[in-house]
Amino acid sequence: MCTMICERAEMEGSAKGRDGWFPLEMANVSYDHPFNAPWEYGLNIDFVNQSQGVGSRVAVELSPQSAKRLAETIMEALKRGEADPQIKVSIL
Amino acid sequence: MYTTEQYEGIIAETITINGTGGDAIHTYLARPMGPGPFPAVVLAHHLPGWDELYREFTRKLAHHGYLAISPDLYCREAHGTPEDVAAAVRADGGVSDDQVIGDLEAAAKYIRSLPSSNGKVGIFGTCSGGRHVFLAGCRLDCFDAIVECWGGNVIMSDDQLTDKQPVSPNSYTKDLNAPLLGLFGDLDQSPTPEQVNQHEEELKAAGKDIEFHRYPEAGHGFFYFDRPIYHQSSAVDGWSKMLTFLGKKLA
Repeated sequence: MCTMICERAEMEGSAKGRDGWFPLEMANVSYDHPFNAPWEYGLNIDFVNQSQGVGSRVAVELSPQSAKRLAETIMEALKRGEADPQIKVSIL
Repeated sequence: MYTTEQYEGIIAETITINGTGGDAIHTYLARPMGPGPFPAVVLAHHLPGWDELYREFTRKLAHHGYLAISPDLYCREAHGTPEDVAAAVRADGGVSDDQVIGDLEAAAKYIRSLPSSNGKVGIFGTCSGGRHVFLAGCRLDCFDAIVECWGGNVIMSDDQLTDKQPVSPNSYTKDLNAPLLGLFGDLDQSPTPEQVNQHEEELKAAGKDIEFHRYPEAGHGFFYFDRPIYHQSSAVDGWSKMLTFLGKKLA
């Protein structure tokens, strides 16, 4: 919105939107006005598949502290998962 | 001033106009019933999109006796809920300044052409729309009054410039060619009070006809009654200042 700060990353995976599951294409991460969260600025993540239309979107709006906690938590879970020799990521 | 014994009627509907490049774009039009002549206002919606709030603002201006027109500045990008469309536009770095300016000019041209127009057209916008109306007031000569509400990124650093927003709007200050009313909250972070000070000083130095009002208890978007950032006393006073300003400049 006003900051225009937005980072984008290609994604593989699935997201569950209002019409059910859809394949993920991209994560758009912005530091800007949220639509719903009660702050002037927030860390907003949109998981989208634009090829299916703008409605294929799962949105979260986080405080900066929550966003950092989420990023750390993701990294911690990844670290544990990738360290476990019993776990292999593969297409079933 | 509206009094209870008056007849009142407005017509509000979605129409299509030809915007930048002749592209057909959806536009919300609200106008008082009757032959007029009525002054007109173009509304430049905020970055959260062509949403219900802006339809309400459009109807509110019609209630106060204005032909009011709000083009969908994201019409080419996508259709869906206003939030979904705005999220896609946000991810794509916004819409280009040139495209928006052309669409706002087209809206002004359309509304001035209505038989009930008095020939005067103002423009109002908030947030990114505040930025756009300042740009429009500098780059176009079709507006008779500008209402800039908390325009973010009116002052941009070189590293904020992009292909879509290639020039910091304040670079055009000397070209502003209509009276400008500016409404700002002192708790806003974009624009910051320091940026508002700079904006005001540059306009004064250029000898422009401006009227700035600052609200110490308000932040960004203090007209937005659907959000926690709404600030009641500032919003009521801001609307009053705006209607007084438009009444004088568009008579």
